[in-house]
Amino acid sequence: MLPEIVALNTSPTLSVPWWKVVYDFSALTDWIDKSLHNSMSPFWTTITEMLIIGVLILLFYALVGLFLVYAERKVCAFMQNRLGPNRVGPFGIFQTIADLFKLLFKELIPIKNADGFLFNLAPFIVIIASFMAIAAIPFAKGLHAIDLNIGVLYVMAVSAMGVIGVLLAGWSSNNKYSLIGAMRSGAQIVSYELSVGLSLITIVILAGSMQLSVIVEAQRDGWFLFKGHISAFIAFIIFLISSTAETNRGPFDLAEAESELTAGYHTEYSGIKFAFFFLAEYINMFIVASIAATVFLGGWMPFHVGSWEGFNHIMDFIPPFVWYIGKTFFVIFLMMWFKWTFPRLRIDQLLTLEWKYLLPINLFNVLIMAFLVLMGWHF
Amino acid sequence: MNNEWLILFFLVGASFVGLVLIFSGIVAPKSTNPQKFEPYECGIPTEGVTWLQFNVGYYLFAILFLVFDVETVLVFPWAVVMKETGMAAFVEILIFFFILGLGLLYAWKKHALIWE
Repeated sequence: MLPEIVALNTSPTLSVPWWKVVYDFSALTDWIDKSLHNSMSPFWTTITEMLIIGVLILLFYALVGLFLVYAERKVCAFMQNRLGPNRVGPFGIFQTIADLFKLLFKELIPIKNADGFLFNLAPFIVIIASFMAIAAIPFAKGLHAIDLNIGVLYVMAVSAMGVIGVLLAGWSSNNKYSLIGAMRSGAQIVSYELSVGLSLITIVILAGSMQLSVIVEAQRDGWFLFKGHISAFIAFIIFLISSTAETNRGPFDLAEAESELTAGYHTEYSGIKFAFFFLAEYINMFIVASIAATVFLGGWMPFHVGSWEGFNHIMDFIPPFVWYIGKTFFVIFLMMWFKWTFPRLRIDQLLTLEWKYLLPINLFNVLIMAFLVLMGWHF
Repeated sequence: MNNEWLILFFLVGASFVGLVLIFSGIVAPKSTNPQKFEPYECGIPTEGVTWLQFNVGYYLFAILFLVFDVETVLVFPWAVVMKETGMAAFVEILIFFFILGLGLLYAWKKHALIWE
């Protein structure tokens, strides 16, 4: 009995002041890990950590989804000179929660002659794809669920899995509008996947690694957007366009064009099943925005200007998590701005834009970046 | 964290959807009306089978995607080692992109990129 009591008494304490934890979460996570190890066996430690991380990410996921729906309605309203939701709670912030409860208590209608199994499988696939992608994103220093060494490729691959859910939803609904929407969405996501990949490759050349935490660390002395000259800037713009297309949003929302296809691939979904598609769409938007923020805008790194010591110190004082959230929401705001500014493209214009403009430009851009790195002309 | 933890996120995602669906299935009302289960096509009764043949254009773009996506995945490892390898890697990617560009040009000339 004695050794256990000793171990309990000498449980490690946080070696840094509590407010410093905001700047480096690894101290906090190490401390939790060690104190769990001291109080129980390795097996139960792993189980507890899994539970904590799973619940935390799930909470974050739901909160981001709810907030983004609210933000979208508010941004849209102000762009159209309206007020938007303003009745439920202060400034209407509880509107989406009220909507969520409404959807939860709505009937789930099984469609006649629909493929029941695939119809129910589709929401699972879209949610799991976005949930697994969000797990690999670095939120702040040391606040990272999984740090894969192929992070960029992983996030790209897993978030593209969502298209299978969309195709299944459209196919199994026994509705011609849904089928058209799903086929359009397939062609669109498949095409723009190339541009997303190639514009990320441009930055991977510069960083020399696919691990997201290494990419963020490499931007300590300047974001890649500024480090890579014009080449990185072109890549950033292409990434913004193609990721907007990949999330079925903005001027590229052909898959759910409400004026032609009622609601596209999720026409037949009701109640909470519809909410899953809605949630996955907004989370996918968050994922591509945070990849843009991590890869191009320095993730949780503060903004520094050359030799302005005082300015840099003030910027360092803002916690990394705030930087990360700020950049991500800036990119999300840009995407919302696109949506409410540009008219919807036709499918032939959409495919022309990708295959005749973005893809050739992107191939040249990768070569230019390789040349810049070869000559050492980047900062 | 270990890479095996990916399974955890798969399970949490799946159980999240499953539990919410079960909860909704319990609390949501159920009523039967034969009209309600018809597919919604703007009020007109649905005509014929839905699972028709679709435009062959989608197939063409899927083939093109396959070629270029495999190429993208091939270029990723190259991009990681580009900095260290230097000149040799640059020449190799020039040749690779030249051949690939010829492929794109061929598809372009054959009007494969035109949607009809």
